[in-house]
Amino acid sequence: MNTPLSWIRDYVPELKCTDQEYADRMTLAGTKVESFKRLDKNLEGIYVGRIEHVEKHPDADKLVVCRIYVGGAKADGVDENGMVQIVTGAPNITVDSVGRLVPVVLDGGKVAGGHDGGPLPEDGVRINTGKLRGVESYGMLCSIEELGSDRNAYPLAPETGIYIFSDELINELSLKPGDNAVRAFGMDDTVVEYEITSNRVDCYSVIGIAREAAAVFGCGFRMPKVEESGNNEDINDYLKVRVEDDKLCRRYTARMVKNIKFAPSPEWMQKRLRNAGIRPINNLVDITNFVMLEYGQPMHAFDYDMLSGHEIVVKCASDGDVFKTLDGQDRKLDSSVLMINDSEKAVGIAGIMGGENSKITENVHTVVFEAATFDGINVRLSSKKIGLRTDASSIFEKGLDPASAVAANNRACELVEELGCGEVIGGLIDIYPEPETMERIKFEPDRINDLLGSDFSREEMLDIFKKIELTYDPSANEVFIPSFRRDLHATCDLAEEVLRFHGYDKIEDTLPVGESTTGKVSFKGRVDEVVRNTAEYAGFSHIMTYAFESPKAYDLLSIPEDDILRKAIVISNPLGEDYSIMRTQPLNAMLTALSFNYSHKNENVWLYDMSNIYIPKELPLTELPDEREQLTLGAYGDGIDFFSMKGVIEDIFDHLGMRERYELKTDVNRPYFHPGRKADVIYGGMTIGYIGEIHPFTASNYGFKDGVRVYIAVLDIPSILDFVTFDRKHEGVTRFPAVSRDISMLVPKATPAGDIENMIRRMGGNLLESTELFDIYEGEQVREGYKSMAYSLSFRAKDHTLTDDEIVSAMNKVLEGLASMNIELRS
Amino acid sequence: MKDHLIDLINEALKNIEKAASSDELNDIRVAFLGKKGSITSIMKEMKGLKPEERPAFGQMVNEAKTKVENALEEAKIRLEKDALELRLKSEVIDVTLPAKKLKTGHPHPCQIALDEVERIFMGMGYEVVEGPEVEWQEYNFTKLNIPEGHPARDEQDTFYITDQILLRSQTSPCQARVMERGKLPIRMISPGRVFRSDSIDATHSPSFNQIEGLVVDKHITMTDLKGTLTQFAKEMFGKDTVTRFRPHHFPFTEPSAEVDVSCFKCGGKGCRFCKNEGWIEILGCGMVHPNVLEMCGIDPEEYTGFAFGVGLERIAILKYEIDDMRLLYENDMRFLKQF
Repeated sequence: MNTPLSWIRDYVPELKCTDQEYADRMTLAGTKVESFKRLDKNLEGIYVGRIEHVEKHPDADKLVVCRIYVGGAKADGVDENGMVQIVTGAPNITVDSVGRLVPVVLDGGKVAGGHDGGPLPEDGVRINTGKLRGVESYGMLCSIEELGSDRNAYPLAPETGIYIFSDELINELSLKPGDNAVRAFGMDDTVVEYEITSNRVDCYSVIGIAREAAAVFGCGFRMPKVEESGNNEDINDYLKVRVEDDKLCRRYTARMVKNIKFAPSPEWMQKRLRNAGIRPINNLVDITNFVMLEYGQPMHAFDYDMLSGHEIVVKCASDGDVFKTLDGQDRKLDSSVLMINDSEKAVGIAGIMGGENSKITENVHTVVFEAATFDGINVRLSSKKIGLRTDASSIFEKGLDPASAVAANNRACELVEELGCGEVIGGLIDIYPEPETMERIKFEPDRINDLLGSDFSREEMLDIFKKIELTYDPSANEVFIPSFRRDLHATCDLAEEVLRFHGYDKIEDTLPVGESTTGKVSFKGRVDEVVRNTAEYAGFSHIMTYAFESPKAYDLLSIPEDDILRKAIVISNPLGEDYSIMRTQPLNAMLTALSFNYSHKNENVWLYDMSNIYIPKELPLTELPDEREQLTLGAYGDGIDFFSMKGVIEDIFDHLGMRERYELKTDVNRPYFHPGRKADVIYGGMTIGYIGEIHPFTASNYGFKDGVRVYIAVLDIPSILDFVTFDRKHEGVTRFPAVSRDISMLVPKATPAGDIENMIRRMGGNLLESTELFDIYEGEQVREGYKSMAYSLSFRAKDHTLTDDEIVSAMNKVLEGLASMNIELRS
Repeated sequence: MKDHLIDLINEALKNIEKAASSDELNDIRVAFLGKKGSITSIMKEMKGLKPEERPAFGQMVNEAKTKVENALEEAKIRLEKDALELRLKSEVIDVTLPAKKLKTGHPHPCQIALDEVERIFMGMGYEVVEGPEVEWQEYNFTKLNIPEGHPARDEQDTFYITDQILLRSQTSPCQARVMERGKLPIRMISPGRVFRSDSIDATHSPSFNQIEGLVVDKHITMTDLKGTLTQFAKEMFGKDTVTRFRPHHFPFTEPSAEVDVSCFKCGGKGCRFCKNEGWIEILGCGMVHPNVLEMCGIDPEEYTGFAFGVGLERIAILKYEIDDMRLLYENDMRFLKQF
């Protein structure tokens, strides 16, 4: 919301503060000032001048030399008679311009920008005396663009050339040479931009903000005084209004004006509209816009002669109705959309936009002013449904005070009379079947202090209430809430009012006392932390990815059409297909991140992600999905292979106290992995994760060149939680020596090392402390179909030094076991 | 003979002094003190002495031996020392050669900021609680005093799955969940991912992280809220940080406030960073609305509370001077490496 400060000052005449003070104090009282802008920031030394003489430049066809009378203005080049010579190339200054008043910037003055209307320089443009083709020019005649504005705001400005003051403006402001031109343009003003919170619908209006400002600065608020308007006719003789749906239209008021005479609005009104960012159009349109800004009550004007039966009926549309709004668009309606109708047809969508069939044209003779209180929720839903959000609808959405309908309509009619825009017909139609009762809140100063931690006296609180027009009824001990304050319902609301005007910064800072509590994270939180730390120590960097992705991810990962992974939750209103499903696997996000790095030529990238996948229990969702946090490790580059990924997983198990043996299951269906380099991680009989090298086909889908090996490992965090323990037990450090024995053997190629190790471990018994593969070789010296492997076995007893017999017997068992696997010992 | 012994000693000492290796010392030892060494041999010549002279001479020879042995020992130590010095000299390295580092990974800036926030609040006795990201509209809206038809429910801001289930648009539903558990008093923070229908640009992301805070107990006041958040701001942004509470509106708190901190780059004087305002907005907060307490089964006559919500990305962006929010989700190694 943008409001000129001059308009606020009209209603708070005693307001004395700088723009900065205004912004600061309003902000600290809850009316947040986003920014403020002085319109004449870079306008200096600009006067009204009268063109006295124009002649052609002796040496330039496109230039003219003007003599300008600038009254009492003083600057270099202005002679004792107030005359100054200025050269201009503006096309609209000719000998015919003599006698016209124009804005003139004199030597040393400043304008906001260039005549081309381009971006305005931060510090404006300084104007100095100079020579144009040999002729002295002591200043410049100004275009509207040079003053930092445009033809939208000043429709009377010429398309190109110097702004020429109109006779109307000269009359209205009694303009004369030497006057401050900035003031004539209404640019001696500050435009303030507010952020109004959604609960304060009253502050979406000049009156509302002025009322706040008056309370904040402790000066009087002067509500615009609305004079009675209307002739001695009765509107009821002209128009009938019927509200069929009074739930959606709490109040409907109508007034009428006949003998409409269009003209531009007076400058005082144009200035306010313009500085509020609204383009002045004509008196009738300007009045409705002015009242909307002033009261925060949108109004609509219908052409009376277009209303069949001279009747207005407020009721909902029928399903399938189509209606042409005044912007010429066909709008599809349904039975939830509230419409304004005449006796035959719809003439407007309530609170959103009028119809083309009743819009005001230049030929209008009589108008009906509508000011109503439509249901905010209905207007919002309708506007969404129709796909049409207007200034009016965005205000109605917030839920208006029914009182402002009458006030705004009367204000509009008063302005019609004041501006001579037409003849107001007497009387007001006001359909308001269930008038609102005044909200009252019990006054409990102790509870207010208890909530705030403050010790305001009753009187201090009542003083603040008085400032904001809340009245106190001592007999009932109740605070009466005026209808424009639609946000006050309970004691806590009153507490906020007290604090707002007292100052949030004026109460103490304390810390909660009472029963102490323990700061802690959940068990899962601890697991997360260990996992993150281990991944980082192992060289992986933490990434953040989106929870939603494109369904195309499944194609990139070669996941079959009927795979359960494709049963993903679909967002009904996504940002686009690329963000339309909740991911059911973490691979796409990781591969996308790796791919981004790869395409940016980052070498050796190791990343990890800790975030959820979303597994629906059924689709469409009837209950919340299973959100499963996944640790996803992903890497490419030097120093990484399947076994280093496996190593990180083992490190994580180690740090999480997961001491059981895990297994790797290779016959798993994971189409995105290299068929010979993949495995599921089985722990405690459960699949808790998987490791693999990305299939070259999948890798190329993510932009990796052939030959780049990409590795992924995933742990399903919820699955491991049951296995994690942070308990640790010291097992003692034995004093007895270990004995080691090496075995070298020929193993059938297909036998996995894991099977051999399992056999060694099983047969080695309690005495076997550890076993380590120290050599593996396939090649020329090894028989076809076999590989050579060598293990080092370490035996130890906790309580004695091992005897030869013990070792031999353990070794024999191990060798027997190995032999049973068709493994040959090498000498 | 005595003179001869003295000559031998002097010769030995001279040789020892000149010796440049332990081999040479060994040779000297053999030559003078060995079985056939010249000093050893001189003992044999004692026969030629008068018996009364023998003890004195014997003593002389022994002293001579000791003297030479000591000299040998000293020389050995000297040589060893010299050798070590020589070796050390040869082992001089260029300490400015590049370091060999263990390749460790980097935490994400948002995680660093989150850890920091958690550390501060855990120190004040807050429990860290998590809640679901796919949430019932009832928790995301209704129980937070955002009734049906409220503009905050607008589809323009919220991602819906069904009319009842949505992607939470704030971490506040965790408030309702924790209150409903009914275990009082409550001091909790709840970090997590939230979703809003904003297109991706330098300052917006459709998915970002918030941290919710909630305290419910008897006699909790607005001054407690101010004190707590002021302490948080000082811990987070430096001890000289000043906070400013501005009235604001949230449906689930009343009174409500937005909190600015004095710009931690310029100390409040005004700079590019705080857009010359001297203040930086960091969070929203307020006293838990009695309607919310009541809907979550807590008696608002007996209990009061405060709640706050912080945007994690905002904190990370401000604290680490990240100029584009997209960097947080692109996961460029060149970016991550800086944290």
